Amino acid sequence: MNNLSVEHLTGIKDLTREDIELIFKTADSFKEVINRPIKKVPSLRDITIANLFFENSTRTRLSFELAEKRLSADVVNFSAASSSVKKGETLIDTVNNILSMKVDMVVMRHPNPGAAKFLSERINAKVVNAGDGTHEHPTQALLDAYSIRERLGSVEGKKVVIVGDILHSRVALSNIYCLQKLGAEVMVCGPSTLIPKYIEELGVKVENNLIRALEWCDVANMLRIQLERQDIKYFPSLREYSMQFGLNKEILDSLPKEIIVMHPGPINRGVEITSDVADSKQSIILQQVENGVAVRMAVIYLLAAKIERQ
Amino acid sequence: MEKQVILNSRHFELTIKRLCHQLIESHNDFSESVLIGLQPRGVNVVSRLKKELEQVLGHEVICGNLDITFYRDDFRRREKPLIPSATNIDFVIEGKKVILVDDVLYTGRTIRSGLDALLAFGRPQKVELLTLIDRRFRRDLPIQADYVGKSVDTLISERVLVEWNEIDGEDKVVLYTPDTNE
Repeated sequence: MNNLSVEHLTGIKDLTREDIELIFKTADSFKEVINRPIKKVPSLRDITIANLFFENSTRTRLSFELAEKRLSADVVNFSAASSSVKKGETLIDTVNNILSMKVDMVVMRHPNPGAAKFLSERINAKVVNAGDGTHEHPTQALLDAYSIRERLGSVEGKKVVIVGDILHSRVALSNIYCLQKLGAEVMVCGPSTLIPKYIEELGVKVENNLIRALEWCDVANMLRIQLERQDIKYFPSLREYSMQFGLNKEILDSLPKEIIVMHPGPINRGVEITSDVADSKQSIILQQVENGVAVRMAVIYLLAAKIERQ
Repeated sequence: MEKQVILNSRHFELTIKRLCHQLIESHNDFSESVLIGLQPRGVNVVSRLKKELEQVLGHEVICGNLDITFYRDDFRRREKPLIPSATNIDFVIEGKKVILVDDVLYTGRTIRSGLDALLAFGRPQKVELLTLIDRRFRRDLPIQADYVGKSVDTLISERVLVEWNEIDGEDKVVLYTPDTNE
């Protein structure tokens, strides 16, 4: 098995466990590459990649761009704010125009769920989903699981709790798929207004008490409250949310075992996680960012291997 | 498939010993020299040379492995991408004399990639090439080895395989020739 079973990365749901393990194994090599004096390999020098960001992003966009450049791909960037999208062009038209300039792969973030899949069925280029609305964010889930594997040796059998705004989180959904495929147990925790109905059907546990959730888990993934996606009030105030679901040092130290704290970023310090926890030894937040580049290099490398030569 | 042993275990051992002495002739005590084996099979040659060299010299010889997967010139020309192996170069190669080591030198393309990959770690003073088997007259690129265990003349259809005591149960080099009626 040294080929991905998929042609595009639109979601973790479509990947097999073998795919995920292949990505991790490849990422191990790239992690070594990005720690060399010259952090660059020439593999993708005949490939052009377009980064299409129809929604704001700092970390993901930088991480993808670095990954592409370290593979020697040519990179073009596009953000919705400065484009013809504002003039009424459709997604397919925008993308097809970019593809006429001979682009081989598209990395896209879009506010509409399913946008990446929609695109992958209609264009002649590889598509990597960098987040589609509240649906999936596959590379984030891969790097989260990769970081757990790095710290704990394996993901199999580990207990992971995802805390926060599960309802609006693409990170949560992708993480649930990814962790379960690798044999981990997953629990979601948050105010019941922010837990999607029927989420138990995905095979996850639901807990509304943060302390009980933390006592159960090996790893806690703290999510941000996505105020920009919330059209109504889901809880009385941020202060109240923070008191019930915020992770602070006191809680962390009172737990029976040392858990690992993760956060996909951006952090709202003092809301879902306090500064002393975010900067503590138990936090692997910055390792997640470092691993993000290696994991994205692996995804792009493995998908690029499937591009036919002209 | 016809099988012919071109280096048996006794000659194998002699060849390794000779290569080590040749290396010592030009690198003295190895204080400025390092051995780097190309993944996957050059690594076996390095570990054998290291053992032998350390016995003769009486001190440690610095060795590393280099994976060249991402530097190959046939990415996307193959059916499937190659799975990379580990690279372990936890020393500085800047200003050192590097001896690249592989088991079989054939088209020279692996070595070309290896040189590229090596330069990502710094600028060595000098790079030399050691190969256990040289399939001469079969080069695609202008690359020659400085130290050769044994030169063999082969057809493109033939295959040369180095077997190791640690892995295959016996040290030997085998030449496989396909049957003419195949």
